[in-house]
Amino acid sequence: MNPNSFVSIADITEDEIRHLLERARYFEEHPNSKILDGKVVATLFFEPSTRTRLSFETAVNRLCGRIIGFSDPGSSSTSKGETLKDTIKMVSNYADLIVMRHYLEGAARYATEVTDIPIINAGDGANQHPSQTMLDLYSIYKTQGRLDNLVITLVGDLKYGRTVHSMLQAMKYFKPRFNFVASHELAMPQEYKDFCRAEGIPFTETTDFSADVINQSDIIYMTRVQRERFTDPVEYERVKDLYTLHNAMLAGSKPNLRILHPLPRVNEIDVDVDDNPKAYYFEQARNGLFARQAIITRALGL
Amino acid sequence: MNPEKQLAVAALQNGTVIDHIPCEAVYRSARILGLEDTTHAVTIGCNLTSRKLGRKGIIKVADMEFDADTLNRIALIAPTAVVNIIRDYEVVEKRPVELPDRIMGIVRCNNPKCISNHQPMATKFDVISREPVVIRCHYCNHSVSGADAKTI
Repeated sequence: MNPNSFVSIADITEDEIRHLLERARYFEEHPNSKILDGKVVATLFFEPSTRTRLSFETAVNRLCGRIIGFSDPGSSSTSKGETLKDTIKMVSNYADLIVMRHYLEGAARYATEVTDIPIINAGDGANQHPSQTMLDLYSIYKTQGRLDNLVITLVGDLKYGRTVHSMLQAMKYFKPRFNFVASHELAMPQEYKDFCRAEGIPFTETTDFSADVINQSDIIYMTRVQRERFTDPVEYERVKDLYTLHNAMLAGSKPNLRILHPLPRVNEIDVDVDDNPKAYYFEQARNGLFARQAIITRALGL
Repeated sequence: MNPEKQLAVAALQNGTVIDHIPCEAVYRSARILGLEDTTHAVTIGCNLTSRKLGRKGIIKVADMEFDADTLNRIALIAPTAVVNIIRDYEVVEKRPVELPDRIMGIVRCNNPKCISNHQPMATKFDVISREPVVIRCHYCNHSVSGADAKTI
């Protein structure tokens, strides 16, 4: 097991979070360098995710590292029945770092146990996606100038949305106040509400995406109601349009408010919000590059 | 002899008696302790009268002692169990089983999308609460109460 692996946001301390954010800021100012010269990074995508893979691979390329790997498990030995352990051990012989995405929960944690090279979790099913969390934190930090004492409103799919669960875990150091806005079917799971209570994080819970909630927010974090999380398509059709943000709803919002969304968006943010200076979701995706450069260099001990 | 005082199961000369096992956990406890494969004499009692539990189960294994880690493996499903070590018909040691902080290879994760249900690997759970017992999968982070945990 390599201690620099990054599987879950819960694995790192407040100091490490702050250090990664400072590092991300450095890479935003110096996105191109030769710091990964001579390093080989493997990107193993057992589940396709073009957006995340391109972000990681751009991060490596801009730092002059080399990339091996696969983006489609159908073309890898997994389709021949090779175990995850064997695949990780084989790749460990070639690469200095593995960035992996897997459709099964806990896959990255297991991978850390079978190799000595660092593993970065680029998403394991509905479980963890810590580089997304770091780019979200960096976006909050950049737009608000701080992480402490913010009112953060989470909207949409709070049941299955792993990004919002990781956000709760990461923000516990920074005295936030949360509003959870979701339908009953997609409400924040009990275990995360228990987590907030245990950590002394105040929160409200409502089904009503009201002006009152919007106007007190520093950050509104919208999430997509994902079709693939539903077993019943009728249920999906019923809830998918319940929480859509329109520009008119932002009329009384705070000047420092920023709208975040992990993308891809479907219809939960109307396109009329895009030209509002409070819309931040496209810049947010760009921050992913710097956050991932920070995570990769940390994993390699650089 | 007073029939109420009569032993329901014959006394052991040497070995281990695990008493006060909840009835529903007796056979699973025997499996977890590997008694299905032993050549020692094993006596399993079920639905015996108990002042503490109402009904209880008991497992007696002749001429065999277990190390604490092995016995503690049943603590999740039989938290009330008490271990008696018998030597020459005397109880030389008596202690309750103790739930360890980490449970290896006994519980199956009830999350169908957990990696541990799809790869040839041992499961691993952390005990995150003792009263009531709640355990969490080391891999996928799903929590389950001790009562609802499925054993392998």
